[in-house]
Amino acid sequence: MNGKLATRLALLLLIVIVFLGSLGLHRSGASRKDTITLAGSTSVMPFSEKLAEYFMVGNPKCAVDVQGGGSSAGVQAAMNKTVQIGMSSRKLRDDEKILKEIPICYDGISIIVHPGNPVRNITEDQVRQIYNGEIRNWKQLGWIDRAIDAVTREEGSGTRGAFEELVMKKEYIDDRIMVQDSNGSVKEVVATDPYAIGYVSLGMVDAKVKTLTIGGVAPTVTNIRQNRYHMVRPFLYLTLGDPQGTTKAFIDFVLSRDGQNILRREGLVPVRG
Amino acid sequence: MVKTFFSREQAIKLLLLLAAFSSLLFLFVIFIFILGEGLPLFYRVGLGNIILGFKWAPTKGSFGIFPMIVSSYMVTLGALLFGAPLALGCATYLAEYAGRKTKIFLKPALELLAGIPSVVYGFLGVIYIVPLIREHLGGPGFSILATSVVLGIMILPTIISISFDSLMSVPVTYREASVAMGATKWQTIQKVVLPAARSGILASFILGMGRAVGETMAVIMVAGNALKIPLSVLDPLRTLTSNIALELAYAAGDHRSGLFSTGVVLLIIIMILNFVANFWVKRRVAG
Repeated sequence: MNGKLATRLALLLLIVIVFLGSLGLHRSGASRKDTITLAGSTSVMPFSEKLAEYFMVGNPKCAVDVQGGGSSAGVQAAMNKTVQIGMSSRKLRDDEKILKEIPICYDGISIIVHPGNPVRNITEDQVRQIYNGEIRNWKQLGWIDRAIDAVTREEGSGTRGAFEELVMKKEYIDDRIMVQDSNGSVKEVVATDPYAIGYVSLGMVDAKVKTLTIGGVAPTVTNIRQNRYHMVRPFLYLTLGDPQGTTKAFIDFVLSRDGQNILRREGLVPVRG
Repeated sequence: MVKTFFSREQAIKLLLLLAAFSSLLFLFVIFIFILGEGLPLFYRVGLGNIILGFKWAPTKGSFGIFPMIVSSYMVTLGALLFGAPLALGCATYLAEYAGRKTKIFLKPALELLAGIPSVVYGFLGVIYIVPLIREHLGGPGFSILATSVVLGIMILPTIISISFDSLMSVPVTYREASVAMGATKWQTIQKVVLPAARSGILASFILGMGRAVGETMAVIMVAGNALKIPLSVLDPLRTLTSNIALELAYAAGDHRSGLFSTGVVLLIIIMILNFVANFWVKRRVAG
């Protein structure tokens, strides 16, 4: 009995050692490549992943690892050097300005409703009034007498930060407004609830939801570039000090014609070209 | 030979002792961390402003979690209203009526129910329950009602297994005495068995409440997470747990401390519930 137990313990120990060993191997295996890590805004993440894929095809010696965490986490991570590049979808606060800001593209924030909703246009004031609780019924927007199921993002999210700055100005988002914790779940709620309204990154919009024009202006790349659509925020890469080595190579790629074209195809507005 | 045997015994005993105390250590460490991160904010902002504050805007300096405390209690009670009768009925059937075959079939089914990950419950809630409520009862669908139904189902296994045990621990002689007096089976259950098992059943409700208060993922998915205190069962709400999970990813500085403060309050609520449940179970053993 005791011998059996001892064997089992020995086996367990062996498994642990092998496991730890494999971790070590993994580490040393990865270090043969030049790895850079990006972390931050979940709005920027999917596009960074796409850019990283293309970059790694052209630079097989480099590995680019993209993680989420949110804009604030991205800023933090860049500041204490846990990552080479932080990603933010909001502007930096004054105390964060020690980081170098590199805008890679611009993103429109679009107001979305259910595809079956007949409302097509809304003004920026109306959007603000929906979110500060003054407009609560679709009748006030020329549709049926039914409460508006408005959805916002959670406190701290970059998209919410940009929305508050661009639309709410100094006003609070009302406590009755529902909260979802990602662009995806806001879109999901709006896609399933005929009476819902929400805001998501322009790049996230697809056929499951309908975008509203703001004061007659549709959130399109052309309108954003010609400064007619105003709910726009920058997507930023953040580095502590000037980027070097692989980090610089990756950022140069993102800002190159090829990189910018990739972003354009994703529905974003390039910074150049 | 005898000597080595003895020392091996000792070594194993010591190893097991360490294992036993490690769980205590984990509890202690968790406690210290949550308090260490959460308490400074209580100091700075004030206990009243956090626990009784109505406004949660952590990036703008308001940390009131009163609406979330109320909401947590509301859905917990809702879950109990929905789940407890069902669970008690099931436990009573299992303990008093079910034959061996039914028991063999039902028990593993219940364990399976307990093993389904909460995200699956939440997903089903979003896909089926929320639209059902929106279409037939009004409101956005994300509501106390939806959350209570989902949580009610999730706490079934907890309540059933504990109240089943307490029903089974009622001595057979009680039942025999009652039947000998001419009582029917239902009369026996109603007048003798259930009252005798009362404290255990109450304890099972309390532990079910603990499970409901602590549930996070499924709640985030179906509750709508609005910050206002819900005024009708069709209003969305945000619980303490979902507040933490919802905002943790992006939180920094005071915002983060605010979430830890939410954790402190949650910890205290769970401790009270566990304490009450233990108290009831002890009384049952003593009586």
